[in-house]
Amino acid sequence: MKVAEIVEVVDGEILIPPARDVDVLQAFAADLMSDVLVLAEPQILMITGMVNAQTIRTAEMADIPVILFVRGKRPPDDMLVLAREIGIGIAFSPYTMYETSGLLYAAGLPGLGKMPVVQQR
Amino acid sequence: MSQQFSIFSRMGMDFPLSIIHELIRELRVSRVMTSEVFTLPSTTLMHEVKELMRAQRISGIPIVDDGKLVGIVSVSSLICALEGQGLDDPVSQFMAVDLVVCHAEEPVFEALKRLDETGVGRLPVVDDERRLVGILTKGDVMVGLVHALEQLYEEAERLERRRQPRYFFEALESDETSLVLRYRVRANDFKNGGKASARIKQALLQIGAPPRLSRRVAIATYEAEINLIIHTDEGGHIVAEICPDKITVVAHDAGPGIPNIELARQPGYSTASDLAREMGFGAGMGLSNIERCADKMNIWSAVNVGTRVEMVFAVPPEESVAIS
Repeated sequence: MKVAEIVEVVDGEILIPPARDVDVLQAFAADLMSDVLVLAEPQILMITGMVNAQTIRTAEMADIPVILFVRGKRPPDDMLVLAREIGIGIAFSPYTMYETSGLLYAAGLPGLGKMPVVQQR
Repeated sequence: MSQQFSIFSRMGMDFPLSIIHELIRELRVSRVMTSEVFTLPSTTLMHEVKELMRAQRISGIPIVDDGKLVGIVSVSSLICALEGQGLDDPVSQFMAVDLVVCHAEEPVFEALKRLDETGVGRLPVVDDERRLVGILTKGDVMVGLVHALEQLYEEAERLERRRQPRYFFEALESDETSLVLRYRVRANDFKNGGKASARIKQALLQIGAPPRLSRRVAIATYEAEINLIIHTDEGGHIVAEICPDKITVVAHDAGPGIPNIELARQPGYSTASDLAREMGFGAGMGLSNIERCADKMNIWSAVNVGTRVEMVFAVPPEESVAIS
C-alpha cells in the first residue's frame, strides 16, 4: 500500500514523504519501541502514538520506511528534520491507534500474524 | 549528449572540455568505426539495392569488387535511378565513385573534419591497399567517444580509490586490518540516543555490508545504546570493530553493574525508570533482543565496577565486508 493510499484510508496527512517510493505490504502498531525492535520486519508501516526522537531512530534501525502517528499527533519540527535527514516518511491519522489500525486492516493492509508465546517475568 | 552527461555526474568532478579535445585527437578511427559492413558487388541491380536498403534500414552501402572499394550507393543514387527509370540497371551506373574516405589509423579528429567539410553522411574506412575495413558515421564517433570517456572515468576512479577513505584499507598492509568506530554515550541523554547505532549502521552500508546484516547490527547496538542511557550512572562507550569476516560491537560502562545477569537476560525483567518507559523502552526485552540479533553475546558485569556487553556478528564469506 502506498503512503498516499494509507493517508486517504485514515483521512490523515503526509508530513514528510519517504525518500524512496514505498509500497508497504504489512503494518505493525505499537507504542513500545522495544516491541518494534523485536518484532517488526523491514519495509513495513509502523503505527504508533509514541512521539519522540527514539521513534524515528527505532524506524531507522529496523529499516521501517514510514511512520504513521495516531490520534492527530503532529510531531515537533526537530523530529521532522531528523526524519527528513534519514529519509523516513512521516504521516499522521486523526483516529486513535485502534481505529487507525482497523481502517487500514479493513482496507487490506495485513499485520504480522500470530506471534509465539514468550513467558514474561 | 545525455549519455555523456550521466558520465559527468557519475564522476562527481569537473571533466574539462580539453579532455574531449584531446580524446578526438588521440582516438584512432579504427577504435570507433563499425567494422562489420554490409557491402554489395557492383553487378547488383538497383531494385535489389532499393529492397536491401529498406529491409536493412541503411542509407548507404559500399560497393566492393574483389575486396577493393569501388564506390558507394546511397539514397541519392537511388533517387537518380528512380528518376532515370534505371531500377533494372546495375549499381555501377549510379554509385558515387569519387569517394571521400578515411584511413583506419588516422585520428578521429581528421575524419570528423572531413565529414563536416564534405557534408557526406559516412566515410568508408580503408587500409593502405584500399581494402574496405569499416565505415564511420558521426554516430560512431559519438558512441566511440562515450566509450573512451567511460574508460577514462574508470581509470580516474581506480586512481581515486587510493585516496578516498572508502578504499583506504586497500592501500594498507597488515596481517589483519579492521576498522574501529568508537562513540561516547551519555546517561539519560534520550535526545541523542541512537546516534551511535545510526552511524555504525551507515558506516556498514557505506562499506558494502549486506543490508540485513547491517540491520541486525543496528538493532542490537541500539538496544545496548539505550541500556547505557537508561541504566548507567555516567554513560559509557560503544566500540564497533569491523573486520572482513565479523563485526564486534562492545558496549561498556563504569557502573552500577548488574547484580543478577541471568535475571536481566530474561524477557520482561526490567529495572528501568519511568522516564525510560515513557520513551517506549524498559520493557525488559533489550538483552534478549541483542541475543536474538547477534550471532554471539557475552556479558560481564560486577556491581559497582561496570558492565561489558559484547556482540559478535559473523559476515557470510560471500558477502565479506569490503575492507580487505
